[in-house]
Amino acid sequence: MTVHADTHALAAIWRALGSVVDPEIPIVSIVELGIVRAVARECDGWVVTVTPTYSGCPATRVIEADIRAATGAAIGEDVRIVTALAPAWTTDWIAPEARRKLQEAGIAPPHATGNDAARVQPVTLHRRRAAVRCPRCGSLRTTELARFGSTACKAQYRCIDCLEPFDYFKPH
Amino acid sequence: MAANPAARGAQLFEYLLHLADNGVVLAQRLGEWVGKGPVLEEDIASTNVALDLLGQARLWLAYAGEIEPRDGAPARSEDALAYFRDSGEFRNLLLVEQPNGNYADTIARQFLFDQWHVLLLGQLALSTDDRIAGIAAKAVKEVRYHVERSSDWVVRLGDGTDESHARMQAAIDALWMYTGEMFTVDATERALIDAGVAVDNESLFSPWQSSVRAVLDAATIVVPADSFMQGSRSRGGKQGIHTEHLSHLLAEMQVLPRSLPDARW
Repeated sequence: MTVHADTHALAAIWRALGSVVDPEIPIVSIVELGIVRAVARECDGWVVTVTPTYSGCPATRVIEADIRAATGAAIGEDVRIVTALAPAWTTDWIAPEARRKLQEAGIAPPHATGNDAARVQPVTLHRRRAAVRCPRCGSLRTTELARFGSTACKAQYRCIDCLEPFDYFKPH
Repeated sequence: MAANPAARGAQLFEYLLHLADNGVVLAQRLGEWVGKGPVLEEDIASTNVALDLLGQARLWLAYAGEIEPRDGAPARSEDALAYFRDSGEFRNLLLVEQPNGNYADTIARQFLFDQWHVLLLGQLALSTDDRIAGIAAKAVKEVRYHVERSSDWVVRLGDGTDESHARMQAAIDALWMYTGEMFTVDATERALIDAGVAVDNESLFSPWQSSVRAVLDAATIVVPADSFMQGSRSRGGKQGIHTEHLSHLLAEMQVLPRSLPDARW
C-alpha cells in the first residue's frame, strides 16, 4: 500500500470512528469521549487502540463490535482492536464539543480531575466539591442524590431551584 | 536474589488470584442485593460497585491465566478460573465472603474492605510489574467512589436512629475479627514484596486504622477491641482456608457453567 493510500485510509478510519457512539450515551462519539487512543498501520494491518472507561463497563464489547463494523465498511478490511489500560482513561480527555453535547442532553459534564491516578488521597467525610451546575436551569444550587447512577460513569443529582433531577458525569 | 521463573510465576499467580478473588466474591455477594436494595439508589449503587469489582477481577484473572505455570497444559481463561475452582483454591479475604445480613452488615463489610482496598490499589499503582500497576491505577479511581459511599453510609446508620446505630455497632463488632487478615503477609507475598511487585500489607495498617477510626468516631460507633485472628501469623482465605459461607456462595455462582459447561449467552 502506498503512503498516499495509507493517509486516505487513516482519515477514513478516524471518520468512521467519529460515527461510533457510546451505546449508553448515544449523543457523543467514542473519539470525543477519549476512548480511542490511536490508529496505526502495522505489518498485519490497521490497529485501533482503545481504552475502557470503567473496568466493568458493559458497553465495552458493544463498542468493539461497532468499531469493527464502522471501520470495516469504511476501508473494506478488518481492523485489529487493542485494549490499553495505561494510562487510565480520565474524563479530562472528553472533548469540549462533547461536553457541550452532554450539557444539551441534560447531563452535567464532569469537572477537571487533575489526572493524578496514582495519588493516594485521604478519604475524608467532609469533602469539598466544586458545585455542579444544573444542565436545565443553570443554577449552582444542586445536591447529590446518589453517588452512583444509571451507568458507571454518572451520579444522580437534583436541582434545588428548578427541582429537576439530572445526571452528573463523574470526574474520573 | 533472582527467583527462578517457574517459582516466580507460581507466586505471582497466587497473588493475582488473591486480588481477583476479593472482587469476584464480593461482587457476587453484592449481586444478591439486586432488585432488593433498601432504596432504589442503593440498589443501583451496590450493583455499580459489584460491576466495578467484577471488571477489575476480570483483568486480574486474565493476567493470572496468562502467567500461570501450566507445565505444557493449555492456559486457563478468566471463566475457567472463576467457575472451575473449588473453595480451597480461592484466595479471597474471609471478610468479603461473609453473608450480606442486614444492610448495616453489608455496608460495614464494604466499608472495612473499601478502606483497605483503596490503600492497596494506590500502592499497587506503583508496582514494578507494569501490568499490575496499570490495572491498579485504573481500579483505584473506581474504588475511591466506593469508599466514599460506604463511609457515608456508616456515618448515616451509626449516627442515625437508635435502631440503625445498634445494627451498625453490631455489624462492626461481628466483622472486626476478619480485618486482621488484610494486614498479614505470607511467604508468597514476601517474595513479591521484595521484588517490588506486591504491596506490604503491614504498611497499610496504620493509614487504614486512622481512616477507619475517623469514620467510626463520626458515626458514634465504638471501635471494637482486637480479638483472635488479628495476629500477623493468622491463616485464612489467602491460604485457601475459608469459612463455610464461601462454598455456598460458589455453589450458586458456579452451578450453571458446571452443569452446562458449553452454555453460551
